[in-house]
This record gives sequence, structure tokens and C-alpha cells, in this order.
Amino acid sequence: MPKDRLHELAALLPPERWLTRPEQLAAYESDGLTAYRKRPVAVAIPESTDEVVELVRACHRAGIGFVARGSGTSLSGGSLPVEGGVVIALNRLNRILKLDPVQRIAVVEPGVVNSQVTQAAAPHGLLYAPDPSSQSICTIGGNVAFNSGGAHCLKYGMTANHVLGLRAVLATGECVSWGGRSRESVGPDWCGLFTGNEGLFGIALEITLQLLPKPERYHTVLAGYRTLDQAGDAVAAIVASGMLPGALEIMDALALQAASAAVHAEYPPGCEAVLIVELEGPRESVECDRLRLDAILAASQPIEMRPARDAEERLAIWKGRKSAFSAVGRLSPDFLVQDGVVPRRRLGEALRRIVEMSREAGLRCANVFHAGDGNLHPLILFDGRQPGALERAEALAGRILRMCVEMGGSITGEHGIGVEKRDFLPDMFRPEEIDCLKRIRSAFDPLEIANPGKMFPGPEAPALSRPGLHPLEAAGVISRE
Amino acid sequence: MNATAAFCPATVDEVVEAVRAAPRVIPIGARTKPRLSAVDAQAISTRRLTGWVEYEPSEYTFTALAGTPIREIREVLAERGQHLPFDPPWSESGATLGGTVAAGCSGPGRFRFGGVRDFILGVRFVDGAGRVLRMGGKVVKNAAGFDLPKFFVGSLGRWGVLVELTFKVFPRPDATRTLDLGVEGFADAMQVLGEMSVNRWEPQAMELLPCGHRLLLRLAGPEGSLQPLADEILRRWPGQILDPQQASALWSDLAEFRWAHPDGVLLKVPLTPDLVPALARVIEGAGDVRMQIGAGGNVAYLSSGSDTSSAALLSGLRELGLVGLALRGQGPLWWGDRPVTGVESALRQALAADDRFPELDA
Repeated sequence: MPKDRLHELAALLPPERWLTRPEQLAAYESDGLTAYRKRPVAVAIPESTDEVVELVRACHRAGIGFVARGSGTSLSGGSLPVEGGVVIALNRLNRILKLDPVQRIAVVEPGVVNSQVTQAAAPHGLLYAPDPSSQSICTIGGNVAFNSGGAHCLKYGMTANHVLGLRAVLATGECVSWGGRSRESVGPDWCGLFTGNEGLFGIALEITLQLLPKPERYHTVLAGYRTLDQAGDAVAAIVASGMLPGALEIMDALALQAASAAVHAEYPPGCEAVLIVELEGPRESVECDRLRLDAILAASQPIEMRPARDAEERLAIWKGRKSAFSAVGRLSPDFLVQDGVVPRRRLGEALRRIVEMSREAGLRCANVFHAGDGNLHPLILFDGRQPGALERAEALAGRILRMCVEMGGSITGEHGIGVEKRDFLPDMFRPEEIDCLKRIRSAFDPLEIANPGKMFPGPEAPALSRPGLHPLEAAGVISRE
Repeated sequence: MNATAAFCPATVDEVVEAVRAAPRVIPIGARTKPRLSAVDAQAISTRRLTGWVEYEPSEYTFTALAGTPIREIREVLAERGQHLPFDPPWSESGATLGGTVAAGCSGPGRFRFGGVRDFILGVRFVDGAGRVLRMGGKVVKNAAGFDLPKFFVGSLGRWGVLVELTFKVFPRPDATRTLDLGVEGFADAMQVLGEMSVNRWEPQAMELLPCGHRLLLRLAGPEGSLQPLADEILRRWPGQILDPQQASALWSDLAEFRWAHPDGVLLKVPLTPDLVPALARVIEGAGDVRMQIGAGGNVAYLSSGSDTSSAALLSGLRELGLVGLALRGQGPLWWGDRPVTGVESALRQALAADDRFPELDA
């Protein structure tokens, strides 16, 4: 990177917001996918959307690669720095510009944290539905870039389903504004296309989100089972009943062990799997569904059923669930998280095969998954200090992803391709389809300066380093979906 | 416009041939929204491209060919206790799955869980160069690749010929109740809608009938839960519960736009409830224009019966900064100033290679 090309960028910000010293850059070398590390040449910290636009335009003029970064919680390496490029850190663009309780929308800057939107909406009886496990720290800008999910996707969809309008600067420097305050639209769905672009199109500057009325009543049940199959059968019975629960989650024995150790969650003794079901809605409707659910669960022969008796108990159930993955860090020095999706009816088969494949690889694997939508999160435990262990773990992860594709599912439900799964894109798409995706990328970014090295398989191999807990994860601040 | 007979391919290979056989083509379905495809191009009809590809009720997904009538889809889903919650319109008139996506049209049920964009999961389409491409997925959750399926929603057939679509479906609620509330004009109606939207009742649909004095509200859920909710709402506002036959006739009238001028212009105008009173004043001054407010005040459908009223309507929309899309009738496709970005032409080139499909403004 010739220094003179960076000068123009450096001149846009005061020195304290243009970081170039190694000790300043170190914090930006990695994200939630700690297996990868790369040092950017500089980190820019804009404080206004105008500054972001100027930075992107300067990158475009100089042909310098950039990656936008929020809290750096991507589990697919989405915010891994670009070789020879700059990181544009958006944390200071953290204002909720508008919260309109009548129209039920929030207009936010990209650095606003997901749960802050929910907190701001709560006094008005409203809710921002997408709830990734990192919600207490991940930003809306990152959620938009990766179309983040959460535990309530079957009923409420992903981030894209809640983005009504966007103002963005594209990699070409063009500023665009799509959609708006209305829940309806005419013409092509640009917001839908932009959401999930993995940072390859540009940077969202202002996002209009829809808010939903907060359900009057929740009914959250935790049921413990002797076998994983029994829990899976219970899910099938609930789905077949015609109910539409807000969430259906399963944790296996190893995940339960981890959660117990980390957040002192207590689970029924002797259970190999736990199912969490959440109903929500007006109290009359929850009461009716609750009777049906109780009957279905009773017939599924759980060891024990524990309905949450109040809001506190509900939160405790969710805390155990949402901390499960980071909790696994206590069982193993290193681990890899996967995010494949299989058709729901093949969940049992998929889990059995994961057990077999783990055994063959000589590795332990914990499972936490969104059973309602077939989104698996196998967690492969290994010790990076042992020679070849990381490679064995990655090989196992690859076999699991290919199995998901073979079963008619997907290599990613909510974490995105990023840098982690880019070599698996050809397993999901044919060459001419990948060409189409590349043509679309080129329409937004002909110079390939916006987050290059992500999504598409390519020669540029980022350096693998020691995987492990994200520093914030180790501190118990964030957790993984 | 579409002077020659439409090509009617029966297989995906024949669609590829059809796309390559003319310099400019436009896909058409059942032509329930004929203005969208009234352009100078060879029409490619999907009417022989019908049928189910996959339907696995336990997965909450189905895949069908683009020309499959919505009516047939609704019937088959209903047999298994499922539905598309966004009430795709014009199903009795023969609207197709592909046409519904390309037009980006959702019905009253879009209020609760979102519209066609929120339920589409995957597309298979033929692009301008005759390539058959599959994007999105067949499972309810998928984040691989750019979300092309959503980008086809509202694409007006300008990005390619849709041949196959995958959708998410929901279980059909056990029971529904339709409440008919009396309101005093558009401003009052928006007040009621606002209060209803943040309350605990979670209505599935809220539509203001063209008369401007009747608000239709649909509650859905377990049978035992609906009466108390309906009673509570009726204590708050004057109105009545409609008997099921009456209710379904009214919903069908809305879905089929029977209230609109049969040969007039029909516009879809996205907006927010706060703009409805001002738009109502425009309508009043324009003469022969009828208006129906849907999706809890997030969309206005406007039907103009004469050229003079159309002219007044167009200038009124401009003044309010609103943009309408003409679904039926004569005149421009876009009413008002559609925002155009530089990236649009680049994108179009990426998909509709060689200008094979008309421009969005054509």
C-alpha cells in the first residue's frame, strides 16, 4: 500500500480518529470468527454519515479496499480486515434518529446496537423482532449487512423482513435512498437485495426498521428428554398441530453441560436434550394454545416440563440458551461454530450423522439449534495446540456443510458466507449462478473494493491463526447464536 | 403493444428458446394487472408453465411453477391446513404465482406478518442471456448469496422470466372473525388504525372500504380466543361482527378490486397513515376517483374513471411526494417521480443482458 494513496483518506479525519499504530490496529484484526486475523493498514472512525460517504469516495478514487465494522461479532469473518485496506468503524454513528410509535418505525444509524432499538421501543409497547444471540452488542449496520436472524425467525423472519428503508453509500460513492416509512412498496425490492450483501455493495447509513406490537403474553416451556430423537419428535408434533410458536429451540447434552457451567442454568437431571418452546400473543390465544401444547408435550414423554412462571424465569431460560455456545468455551480451548440448515423433517437424521462424523473425526461436537427452522449450530470442540486438530475440525465442519446441501438445505442460515464458508459457495450454486452473483456485485462495486475476499471463493487466503473465544465472549459480554 | 401472439412455453427449455427468439421480451401471467406488461415487447406467457414441484407441509414450504394460479395454490394449501398469510390478490380472477411476485402485490393479510417479499424464499428464472439460474433456497431460513428472490418482488418482469418459485407458508389459524367498524371519514379511520396497531389484539388485517366509513378488521387465532377480543374492540368502537358469508364476500370484493372502475386506471400507492387525510382531499378534488386504504394505512389503491380526474390525481400525488404504480388502465406506468439510482442501470445490465427486457420506466 503506497502511503501517498492513503493520504487523501487520512486527511479526511483528525489524527485521533485515523488509527495506524500497530497497538491501535490490533483490536480490529479479528471478529467473532477468531480463527482468522489480518491487520488493516488503518482504521477510520467517522462520526457522521457525511464522513463515511467521503471515506468511501476516497477509497473509490484511490482503489483502496475497505470493510465496514460495527461491534465485530460476525461469526463468518464478515468484518475481517481487507488485505492492504482500511476498516471503517461505525460505532460512533450510534444515534436512534427517530422512533415513531404511531407509524411503528425506528430510524437508526448503523452503529446502533440491536437491543437498544428494542429498549427504545419498549416504553411504547413495541418490539424490534430480530434477536441474534449477540443482540446486546451487535449493531444494526452489521445485522443489515449479514441479514442476521435469531431465535424467532420462523414466525418473524430475518433482518431483511424488518428493514423498510435504507440510505446507503455504495462502493462507487453513489448515495442511494430506497424504501421509506411505509410497509408497502412499488418497484423492485432494493432494500431486500441490499440486506445480506455482506458488505460487498456499500455501507448502510440510515436504516428504517419496522417495530411490532410487543406480545401481551409469553408462555415459555422448557422440556427435558432422555434422547435427542424424543425432542425432535416433539417438535414434529408441535409443527403438525397447526400452532405457530414464536420459538422452538433444542440443546443437546454437551450444550446443556456447558450452559450449566457458564450461567448456572439448571436442567432436569438425566436429560440428553432440552426443548424450549415459546408461545406468544394476546392472553386469550396463548391460553388456548397452551392447553394444546401441554397435551402434545405430555404425550412426548419428557422427563420433566418446566413452564416459566414469570418474566424472570422466562429470561433465565433464554439466558441459558443464548449463552450456550460461548459457554462451550469452558469445555474446550477452541471451537468452531457451524450454521447449516436442513429441511426440518431431516433434523433427526442430520444430528445422527453429525454424531457419527464427529466420532470418526475423533472430535466432540455440541449441538444447539433452531428446531423450528432447521437451522443447526453444531459446535466442534478441539484443542488448537495439538498439531492437526484445527485442520481436522475444519474438515469435519466441511463435511457437515456438504451434508446440509445434500439434504436440500443451506450452508448458512444466519451467519452469512463471509470468509469462513466462501469455499462452499460452489456447493450451493452452479458456476453460472456464481457468475450472476458476481455480476450483481460488479454493478454495485466494479472495482471490488467493498469487503473483497468475502462470499466468493478466491485465491486470497487469509491467515489462519489460533481460534478461541472472542475477548468479549470470554468476558461474558456477548454470546453466539 | 404485444401485437403478436404471446409465446406459450410449456417447459423451462422452451422458456429459454422463447427468450432468445426475440430481441425484447416481457413475461406475462394471467394479465390481471395488464398495465405492468403493456410494453412494446414479445410477450412470453407462463400459462402453460403450471404445477407443483414440491410441497412438504411439515416444512412450511412449497415450490411451484410460475404460471400456477394462486387459487390452486390456496386450495391445496388449505387442504393441509396452511396458507399464504398475505392474501395474494386477484386469485379468483386467475392471478398466477409469478405474476404476484413480479407485480409485488400483497393483500390485506400482509398487515400482520408481511407481504409477498416476506414469504418468498427462492426463485428459478431465465435471464436476458437465456441462462437458467436458481437463487435463494428451499428452506425457511437461508443466508447464502445475495437475496435475489426479494429483488424479483416488484421487478415487473424486467429482471427475467420467473419459472419456479419457493415460498414459506404458515398454518392457517383455527378461526377468524371479521369486525365491521364505523368510522367518520379518513382522518378518524387513521386514528382508529393507529390505536389498533399498537394494541394487544394483533389483528391480521385492517382495511378501510372505499366509502371511507367502514373499517374491516380480521382477528385470527384459536376459536376460543376470538370472542373476548372482538367484544373488547366493540366496546371501544361502534361496529359489529360480520357473519362468515358476509365477511368472505367483503374480503373477496377487496381482493378482486370489484369496487374499482372496471376500465379505469388502478394505481397502487405506498404511503403512511399520516398522509391519508391529505390524499383524501386530493381525491375529493379530483372528481371521479375512488380510493381504498389497505394494510393498516400503508397502501392506497386509487381508481380513476376519467382522463380529467387522472390528470388531477397525478398532480395531487406529485404535490404530496407520493409515487404510484399503474396496475391497470391507460396512461403512464409510474405516477409521480420514481426515484432512479445510477446502480439500477448497471444492475439491469447484469440481469437483463442485451436489453432483453424492457426498462422499468417503459
